[in-house]
Amino acid sequence: MKTDNLSAETKAMIKAEHSHHKEIDLFGFWIYLMSDLVIFSVLFATFVVFQHNYAGAAGPKDLFEMPYLFIETMLLLLSSVTYGFSVIAMNDNKKSQVLIGLIVTALLGLGFVGMEINEFAHMIAEGSSPDKSGYLSAFFTLVATHGLHVSFGLLWMFILILQIVKHGLKDGVRSRLMRLSLFWHFLDVVWVGVFTVVYLMGLV
Amino acid sequence: MIFGKLQLSDIPYDNPVIAGALASSTILALVIIGLITYYKKWGYLWKEWLTSVDHKKIGMMYIIFSLVMLLRGFADGIMMRAQQAMAVGDNQGYLPSHHYDQIFGAHGTIMIIFFAMPFMVGLMNLVIPQQIGARDVAFPVLNSISLWLTAAGGALMMISLGVGEFSNTGWTGIAPLFEKAFNPGVGVDYWMWAFQIAGVGTTLAGVNFIVTIIKMRAPGMTLMKMPLFTWTTIITNVLMVLSFPVITAALALLACDRYLDMHFFTNELGGNMMLWNNLFWMWGHPEVYIVILPAFGVYSEVVATYSRKKLFGYKSLVWATAAIMLLSFTVWLHHYFTMGNTTDVNTFFGITTMMIAIPTGVKIYDWLFTMYRGRITFSVPMYWTMGFFVTFVVGGMTGVLMAIPAADFVVHNSLFLIAHFHNMLIPGVLYGYMAGYNYWFPKVTGFKLNEKWGKLSFWGWAVGFMVAFYPLYILGFMGMPRRISHYDNPEWQPYLIVAAIGTLIIGFGIFATLVQLFLSIKDRKKNLDTTGDPWNARTLEWSTASPTPEYNFAVIPHVKELDDFMRMKEDGTAYKQPEKYFDIMMPKNKPYGPLVGAFTIAFGFAIVWYIWWLVIVSLIAIIALVIVMSFDDDMEYIIPAEEVKRQEDLHFEKLAIAMAQSDNK
Repeated sequence: MKTDNLSAETKAMIKAEHSHHKEIDLFGFWIYLMSDLVIFSVLFATFVVFQHNYAGAAGPKDLFEMPYLFIETMLLLLSSVTYGFSVIAMNDNKKSQVLIGLIVTALLGLGFVGMEINEFAHMIAEGSSPDKSGYLSAFFTLVATHGLHVSFGLLWMFILILQIVKHGLKDGVRSRLMRLSLFWHFLDVVWVGVFTVVYLMGLV
Repeated sequence: MIFGKLQLSDIPYDNPVIAGALASSTILALVIIGLITYYKKWGYLWKEWLTSVDHKKIGMMYIIFSLVMLLRGFADGIMMRAQQAMAVGDNQGYLPSHHYDQIFGAHGTIMIIFFAMPFMVGLMNLVIPQQIGARDVAFPVLNSISLWLTAAGGALMMISLGVGEFSNTGWTGIAPLFEKAFNPGVGVDYWMWAFQIAGVGTTLAGVNFIVTIIKMRAPGMTLMKMPLFTWTTIITNVLMVLSFPVITAALALLACDRYLDMHFFTNELGGNMMLWNNLFWMWGHPEVYIVILPAFGVYSEVVATYSRKKLFGYKSLVWATAAIMLLSFTVWLHHYFTMGNTTDVNTFFGITTMMIAIPTGVKIYDWLFTMYRGRITFSVPMYWTMGFFVTFVVGGMTGVLMAIPAADFVVHNSLFLIAHFHNMLIPGVLYGYMAGYNYWFPKVTGFKLNEKWGKLSFWGWAVGFMVAFYPLYILGFMGMPRRISHYDNPEWQPYLIVAAIGTLIIGFGIFATLVQLFLSIKDRKKNLDTTGDPWNARTLEWSTASPTPEYNFAVIPHVKELDDFMRMKEDGTAYKQPEKYFDIMMPKNKPYGPLVGAFTIAFGFAIVWYIWWLVIVSLIAIIALVIVMSFDDDMEYIIPAEEVKRQEDLHFEKLAIAMAQSDNK
């Protein structure tokens, strides 16, 4: 929208509306996250119902290795910290530090997704594919849904890196950075649930 | 490879019933396309309607879509009634059972997902921003995307009529009958994806309207000064955002079963069939309140307006609605009392179910007391509302009856149940939407609907409903199960013939609605609403011109109390032109909605038929569109103050003439 030939009054109105809309965007994203949380709740509940439905196929003790999972988890938790650094840098208007923070976050996230895909590939190669039992169906669906969310977060992060390079830290970009921040920390919290319910409780 | 599983023989041209339906809908579509082309209206349609982000136009498109789907759903209903009226003993009727099974699934899916939901979201769109003193919804482009996702689901439904088949496991799905092993065809896939796509659109609409109502109310409108329709809408949207993701997840699990051979709802290798019932009804029961609460909101507005009184017990109506919101998540198990729960579990859910009757009863009394000693105008919306009072109470009582688990064992899955839930959904939901349609029509179009044909339409529905569904209560007690295409007990037949006649009377009601619309458009010059407030109503949406200008309010009102427009009229502050108008910023029309919708249809069709290249292409296209949208900075435009003044001056001129005329009377 060209604002050059508008009155000062109108420009002030536009500014006020845009800043109101930033608040609206953030609030809307919270509501969306709650709806996503319901999806995860259903998958968690399904997993708990199915946690002993092995149907003769492999169970958690045959499938999971703790050191590997611990490293995978640490990658994701650390990426939340580095994203936090990006947001601090954004508040200080330090564009290059925001970019560095995002790139490190993205690399950690990629590492997490890579390790997850590797874990899945191993399980399937050993004959524990999702079609073998109710337990495996529930396991793959819950964990892969989280992994798919992380992958979309990575795609979003990539787009945001492009936008920061192209436009700098202008209002729209900042608002998106904040929303991705919510999304990223949200996925971290969900992963804590996955780690506890799927892996720890399975191995106990 | 290119067409996946799709073959020419999947088009059922050899079945006269389907071929007839297919031919007539194709011809109708071609005629419409031809007319648009002949009058060169494609550009206008694209620029002003399809890509519109104006909540009023989106609302109208939702309602037009849902009325078209009502015709299809009603055709399914009348086919079932005709079949059951004749198919006794040696007579097999005219529908083979495989076809009949698809019809009852399509009827339910269409009426709930593609008639009731879009009509409701349409009313929300038309009314909410105007009622809360806002210029648009919180996310206008997202609003357009929601509309087109719903439409994409509906398009998939219609395609299933002519290409392939529809699900034969009812609108609720039946585990494990809907699994690949028992249902290898595309019917279940059509049902699953049409439902899924529309459901995602609904969740997004829910997010949008929660944010709109929480964040965009006019200054001064505190929560307890919101009109009741706004209250019921926000509570419905909370239910939508909390419950639709459950069905999204459940349908995704079913897709995992059918496409990736997983074992969620199978009867082997650790699957759990009851999980489907739990997940489906955890969405399905709140869904009942999702469609009915906005109708309760409409009744509240209508009763207050046409009784010339403040709503009786406003606070109790708000709290009753909130109580229903909470209770609606605690009753889902009453849909399968008979399926092996312990007595304790059944008792708990039986009691919570009966408890819902309490807040609902509170509402009925509030509306009745609003009418008490009011100066009631018996206009069309009031007809629908009073028809609702009388009929709905019967449905509510049969519901309480079935909430007793022991009694439910007798009538479970019988026609008694069918009579009960139609008794809730037709008088409860449809009457309310029709009341809202008649009530707000002049606000949106600038002219009133024809009263005579509106009343005829009401009588068609009211009488037809009773004739069509009350015999089903009796048949339920006589032991007739639901969903059968043929029976051997000749004692049932007379009741089924009466029910079929009732359906024809309902058919007259629908016909009268169409005549009403046609005549009203034809005679619109005679029924113009020049004041913007044809009913002497109470809430803010009536303080603007009819049809409402694109910016809704030239100046955002400052609200002082409930029914603020009535207050303004009473203390003489209504209809005052401000000294100065300001520039207004509005969202620009954008093509993202229809484009996302088009690619979603492609995605849905492709995944039903295993056309994998098209699945990938359309998914990438949808993601790419979202990315392009995030780079789009050109989202708004300015309406200059002079243009606002021009439109408002015109409105006030008409208003002055109308006021002078009514003074002369």
